[in-house]
Amino acid sequence: MTSLFLRDLKLAMRAGGGALIGVLFFMTVVAVVPFAVGPDLNLLSRIGPAILWIGALLASLLGLDRLFQAEREDGSLDLMLMQETPLVLTVLVKCLAHWTATGLPLVIASPLLGLFMNMSEIAIGATMLTLLVGTPAITFIGATGAAVAVTLPRGGLLVSILVLPLAIPVLIFGISAAYAAVEDPAPFLPPLLMLVAITLFFAVIGPLAAALALRSSSD
Amino acid sequence: MPISLVVEGLSAKRGEDLIFHDISFVLSAGQALVVTGPNGSGKSTLLRVLAGLLTEESGTVRLQGISSDIGHPRELCHYLGHRNAMKRELTVAENLSFWKSFMGDSAGGFGIGIEAATEALGLGGISHLPFGYLSAGQQRRMAMAKLLVAYRPVWILDEPTAALDAKADRLFAGLVERHLGAGGIVVAATHQPLGVEARELRMTGFAGLAGELV
Repeated sequence: MTSLFLRDLKLAMRAGGGALIGVLFFMTVVAVVPFAVGPDLNLLSRIGPAILWIGALLASLLGLDRLFQAEREDGSLDLMLMQETPLVLTVLVKCLAHWTATGLPLVIASPLLGLFMNMSEIAIGATMLTLLVGTPAITFIGATGAAVAVTLPRGGLLVSILVLPLAIPVLIFGISAAYAAVEDPAPFLPPLLMLVAITLFFAVIGPLAAALALRSSSD
Repeated sequence: MPISLVVEGLSAKRGEDLIFHDISFVLSAGQALVVTGPNGSGKSTLLRVLAGLLTEESGTVRLQGISSDIGHPRELCHYLGHRNAMKRELTVAENLSFWKSFMGDSAGGFGIGIEAATEALGLGGISHLPFGYLSAGQQRRMAMAKLLVAYRPVWILDEPTAALDAKADRLFAGLVERHLGAGGIVVAATHQPLGVEARELRMTGFAGLAGELV
């Protein structure tokens, strides 16, 4: 399983892997916002966490459709389906590798982009923490979408449409935790713990559903 | 106890139509089966059903004589399909070492090393190249090296020798011969003769439905 993790990381880093495309897209989205809403620093710092979260959500959807499609196109998926290793485990490891290659860079880039949005240190820290906890859930949900759309030639858009509604709870609790850190009366911990729970929940459900979809999609 | 592959009354559908119907055969250790027939007669479908990648409409595929418990016969099979299952971006050595450790060895045998496997296919010394740099024939041969790096008693080969030159053909026949000699089982769909002693299953496709064992 370590070998699968390392292989997927390597593939993401090599040319055409698209690990950095997500970060670039994230940066572009966030960097464009100040131009759109104008140079009102108070407004920017108020909407900062939300913009960072939306940017990260969209960026993490970018490469998801290739998660299984690339494997299917060159026949690797057939071999993965045949092994003694439970397919659920294979899917889980692929998700973890995908998150490490595309989700983690988003988390790491978020403080810099927080500065673009004139966010305070606490807000930046809280947003980074919620992104760290919440983005894996998006990958797990996305894996299910990617598995359902694996046989479709232009599945990318479909994956986004399937995944976005399911990702809304992640967005709600992520942003409310980030806001709670800066706005005093609201408590920070409960929404963060809800976010952790959502991620853990999808860490189980996502790979299971994806494995089921992959098994039945074979042709 | 040597293993044997038992297929009973197998039929499969593509869409709504039965593509073959009631195919039965038994292959014991050291035997090979060549599946022949015109395009669209269901050769690849049969192989994918044997490999557990398509669900059968009726009938069973079993492996007899295995000591350990397995979930499904496909876990003891190598499947070499039309596509090579290798990543163009990774080097040949990276590809092969991934499959070697991901697949592991089935009970009863061991895979050989990566260098040894590429040598066996006559392509030693180029395993440091990205897979995408190789020619079609070389890519096919490197995909065959997968059969050697992880041990599986049953090889399911779909048009294995397409894109190979005559020399590589003979090389591959030698590998199949050695696998059979070690008590393995080979099922291959092919238009060219495989170059080894084998039984033949002639697929007739939609017209006759059933395959005919020669």
